[in-house]
Amino acid sequence: MSGTTSTTPATATTSQKTPRKAPSSREGNPAKAGWFARITLAVICFLWIVPVVGLFITSFRGETEANSTGWWTVFTNPGGFGFVGFDNYTQANATADLGNAFINSVAIALPATFIPLLVSAFASYAFTFMHFPGRDALFLIVVALLVIPNYVAFVPILDLYGSLGLSGTFPAVWLFHIGFGMSLAIYILRNYMGTLPLSVIESGRIDGASHFQTFWRLILPMSMPALASFAIFQFLWVWNDLFVALVFIGPGENSPMTVSIQNTLLSQQGAGWNLVTAGGFFSMIVPIIVFLSMQRFFVRGLTAGAVKG
Amino acid sequence: MATITFEKAQRWYPGADSPAVPGIDLKIEDGEFMVLVGPSGCGKSTTLRMLAGLEEVNSGHIFIGDRDVTKVPPKDRDIAMVFQNYALYPHMSVADNMAFALKMAKVPADERRKRVDDAAKILGLTEYLERKPKALSGGQRQRVAMGRAIVRQPQVFCMDEPLSNLDAKMRVQTRTDIAKLQSDLGVTTVYVTHDQVEAMTMGDRVAVMKLGELQQVDTPLRLYDKPANLFVAGFIGSPQMNLMEGVADNGEVKLGNYHVPVDPTAAKKMQGNVTVGVRPEAWRIVGENDGGLPVTVTVVEELGADGFVYGTSGVEGTPHDIIIRVSARDSVQKGETLYVTTDPAKVHVFDTESGARLSE
Repeated sequence: MSGTTSTTPATATTSQKTPRKAPSSREGNPAKAGWFARITLAVICFLWIVPVVGLFITSFRGETEANSTGWWTVFTNPGGFGFVGFDNYTQANATADLGNAFINSVAIALPATFIPLLVSAFASYAFTFMHFPGRDALFLIVVALLVIPNYVAFVPILDLYGSLGLSGTFPAVWLFHIGFGMSLAIYILRNYMGTLPLSVIESGRIDGASHFQTFWRLILPMSMPALASFAIFQFLWVWNDLFVALVFIGPGENSPMTVSIQNTLLSQQGAGWNLVTAGGFFSMIVPIIVFLSMQRFFVRGLTAGAVKG
Repeated sequence: MATITFEKAQRWYPGADSPAVPGIDLKIEDGEFMVLVGPSGCGKSTTLRMLAGLEEVNSGHIFIGDRDVTKVPPKDRDIAMVFQNYALYPHMSVADNMAFALKMAKVPADERRKRVDDAAKILGLTEYLERKPKALSGGQRQRVAMGRAIVRQPQVFCMDEPLSNLDAKMRVQTRTDIAKLQSDLGVTTVYVTHDQVEAMTMGDRVAVMKLGELQQVDTPLRLYDKPANLFVAGFIGSPQMNLMEGVADNGEVKLGNYHVPVDPTAAKKMQGNVTVGVRPEAWRIVGENDGGLPVTVTVVEELGADGFVYGTSGVEGTPHDIIIRVSARDSVQKGETLYVTTDPAKVHVFDTESGARLSE
């Protein structure tokens, strides 16, 4: 009796183990990753976090300390920290008017994110579910535009804005970001919509939904993961953009945070490391919050377009 | 309520070498449950989708009642469709799924709620109305898809293999539920399936299709008793009819050196190569010396109520696999030899080349 009871569980566990082990290594569950992957991950995380930590520490140091010793020395010599509390933030804000710049950044980033999102969602619906001559060729052209780097268009567009009187205004950057964000947006969204079950759309047609209703009530809610991922992507890109804003808005009352920090704190004040880091850290808060709170969508959405399910 | 008439309705997919449905003529009566059945690629789904307006009709006409709907968009045809994968709207609750069509048709909210509640009661979905499709089982999702069709109170139900995603037990139960529901509501229904058991059990009439052409449209029993050609004979019935190729010889069919007597009509008409068909249950087991066809048993399936014996006929020149239905209590052993015969009236004779039925 005891012989049978001891052998049965043993065979049961071995037979269960073999099929389980094989897929787990392929699924890439981080908790079960090998040591090589873990160490690589740790190194990459470390390399990415070091500058952020440096920025964070320096933004709380006094001007003399920040300019004379590196931030890493505070670990060996805590006395040389020169902690000044939030003084750097207050001063950076006063010098560069970061409050106003923050509002400008929001005013630039939100429309530059949501307008291309909506327009490309419309376009992707048409490219996916409507039949018209030249559809595939048109889609190919739109996607092919992805290869054009945006800075080749700076001079002609600046020229155009000059004659239209748009330079230095918000619409100038909106239009630029909309134009150059659209290719990627259409590419991601169309690929995602292509994976939605066609019978749902057919069911909508039988249920009497027009194209607009199908789009608005069925396709848009079902495309949420792809929409969210593109929105985050575009928002972070526009928020962190210095180049486009510098060229088309430049320093002044409309300038976003990146331009204000670069122009006022870095170029004009010179040498004020402590202020630059405070401003820089301040401008990073929003992207960090956006990314941390929505990374679930970000990761899922980018793969969702390519891999079904 | 309405009749449905297909008049030479043709569907030719762009770029295809031949039409998926070359031209179908079919009249479906008011309130009838019509099943389109056939192997995959036979054009049954295309036919249904033409009726629903999801496929363009290249030539010919489709009428619902007296109205020519050939060019009418799906939403104006007054039809409802149940899809194979149910096609539920994943982000909406069950109630919203069912009410969607009514909302699109601008039916007032009170009326909507009432109709959804009524349909939910019929289908036993009342307690699930607030759930999302994700939180339902396969059978419940299937019922939501049915509910979505019912609330519209359409003239025609189109069902495209609505049971094929269910497990076997659920399928049998839902099959009866749908048939009962349809007869209660009396809505003309076109139902597509590849499963001949579904076709036989559900349809008032069954249309058997092959390569886009109708083979036979008839009641299930007549399809079974008088299949119009070889294809229908082989397709309808499970296990399938025993089909044996032979040669017409003097009013009898010669299978190797065994002679099969046939009915007078067939005896008169047949010549050359013919195929004889015998249903598994039409065989009679006889004694060794009574002139029966000898069959060597290879497999015995005992199903409780009855049993099926699979064997090889030992007739020289034509070794055939033979299926015989026996009573479950007849103990037949593997390797045994049985002698079987049948009545001329139960023999179906077909022309081997054209496949046409020669028996009465």
